[in-house]
Amino acid sequence: MTDAQKYALVATGLLFSFVAPFLLPQFATQLTMLWLMVIFALTWDTLGGQMGYNSFGNILFFGIGAYGCAVIQRDLGLDYFAGLAVGLAFAAVLSAIVAIVLGAGMLGLRGHYFAIGTLGLGIAAGEIAGGWDYVGAGSGMVPPLYPVELAGRELFFYFLMFALALVTFLVLRALYATKFGLALNAIRDDEDKAEAMGLRTTQVKSLAWAVSAFFLGIGGGLAGNLLGFIDPRDVAFAGATFGVWMVLMAILGGKGTLWGPVIGAVVFHITQELFWTYLLGWQRVALGLLIVAIVVFFPNGILGTLRERFPEWFGEKVEERV
Amino acid sequence: MLENLQLLFDYPTLGADLIANGLMIGAIFALAAFGMALVWGVLGIINIAQGEFVMLGGFVALTAAGLGVPPLATIPLAAIVLFMVGWGLYRLVIFRVVDRDLFVSLLATFGLSIILQQLSNEIFGADVRTLETGLGTLVLFDGQIVLAEIKLVSFVTALVVGLALWAFLKRARLGQAIRATSQNARAARILGIDTDRVYAATYALNAALCGAAGSLVVMAWTIHPYIGLPYTVRSFLVVIVAGLGNIAAVIAAGLGLGALENVAGFVLGAEYQIAFVFALMVIILVVRNFLLRRKREYLK
Repeated sequence: MTDAQKYALVATGLLFSFVAPFLLPQFATQLTMLWLMVIFALTWDTLGGQMGYNSFGNILFFGIGAYGCAVIQRDLGLDYFAGLAVGLAFAAVLSAIVAIVLGAGMLGLRGHYFAIGTLGLGIAAGEIAGGWDYVGAGSGMVPPLYPVELAGRELFFYFLMFALALVTFLVLRALYATKFGLALNAIRDDEDKAEAMGLRTTQVKSLAWAVSAFFLGIGGGLAGNLLGFIDPRDVAFAGATFGVWMVLMAILGGKGTLWGPVIGAVVFHITQELFWTYLLGWQRVALGLLIVAIVVFFPNGILGTLRERFPEWFGEKVEERV
Repeated sequence: MLENLQLLFDYPTLGADLIANGLMIGAIFALAAFGMALVWGVLGIINIAQGEFVMLGGFVALTAAGLGVPPLATIPLAAIVLFMVGWGLYRLVIFRVVDRDLFVSLLATFGLSIILQQLSNEIFGADVRTLETGLGTLVLFDGQIVLAEIKLVSFVTALVVGLALWAFLKRARLGQAIRATSQNARAARILGIDTDRVYAATYALNAALCGAAGSLVVMAWTIHPYIGLPYTVRSFLVVIVAGLGNIAAVIAAGLGLGALENVAGFVLGAEYQIAFVFALMVIILVVRNFLLRRKREYLK
């Protein structure tokens, strides 16, 4: 693929994203969820792919965002849009702060200890939210309703989520191109050596987690409002669905690449929406099978496999062996 | 929460009752943790599906009892069935991830755990179930401590199985092969040990241990399809506290965790008991890491 072809592809995708909710109004909510999935996969990959820290608990920040936003909307008494704006800002900052605070302890863990530790964090948060009366305990929370007199609720949330996914993508792309991005990769490749070279690894790691938590927090606040109901275990801290999907989508697309998570999220979400409903309750069994199949047989993901097959698409020169 | 703590101080025997009941279930945690330590040490895999094996053991016991098998006889039965399940899973999936990146095996067993959990949900239903054994209740010290006899039975069974495992690893040919493989798989292969079979046997043995634990859980407490992950986390906790390959420490850590968890469940309220287990794991991981780092700096 030449550069021109790539730009054409991206432009077509963007154009389609703008017109899709008008062309397919009945799927507007599904399409909004698609962008949420893209955000999930992208933010997971910041740690999992770029930095080599496989988190099973990033759903924590999604849940904190959902609850943080809803609490602000409930308690400040602002009108709907102002409340939402303040709530989302609060959700983002709160998530990022939690990431930095937790990061000081958690990011010292390596490898599988980090993976299982974060798994514990996500589930503990869900259990605590499920018992805490301030946030509605087990019966969950209902964020304020979108004003009835205004039409276009679906479009409103679609474009908010789309904008968030786009901003997340652009910010991460810019970030990966800086020295900070190189630091992330250095930590992935050999953390001890990176530290020995004078890299402040703890700061870099915490900051990376905070960036990913920042966007996840906004995503959580938006998703809570979009779905209209925040359940502690099935929406906010849904480790068994969203929490697993984000890992799976990033691996499916290709870990540690910029476009991989996006492609993985789109492929996963569309397959899920198309086929899942026909499985009638067996979809979660299918999810488990899919995880095993992908990690065992397809660990490089779509982009990784393409790169192996067609290195010239990725700007790599292939020399014929004589 | 504070009034519960106050209650505990006012009536110390209540604490004794909580601890006694906690120790009983702690023995079961230790049983599942043996298996996890075994698989971790020999195959180098952290088996996230551990708790699902416990859950499956419980459902096997329930099903067998429904067919007329006496409750206590379901313990070896659950172990045998789970042994076969474990062997099958090794042949299908696990052998492909043994030598791979840790993250691959972690995710693969995580996928297995989702499959087993959802399959049980479809087959057995999501209800909370228990198996009535018909054993009585033990009242000690003028009713200060009340213990169901089945809990005592499960405690003793767990300890006996632990000892048997220890003897097996020390004396039996296969046990020695397992230990040799865990020390150095390559050398074991050179000396003619079929390490692939050793891996399969180890994984299956782990599943059998969990199956026995599960049949005890369903008789003394309750099970449902989603009970697995807390058991995985408890086994993991016990193993990181006790270390690999020290059976006495595993028993001690398991009993300690059981007692601690039961008291915490009372003080914090039962709805926070699971949160306590997971939070405790995170705290222990972080503290352990901090202590290790201090040691590393000292060595430098």
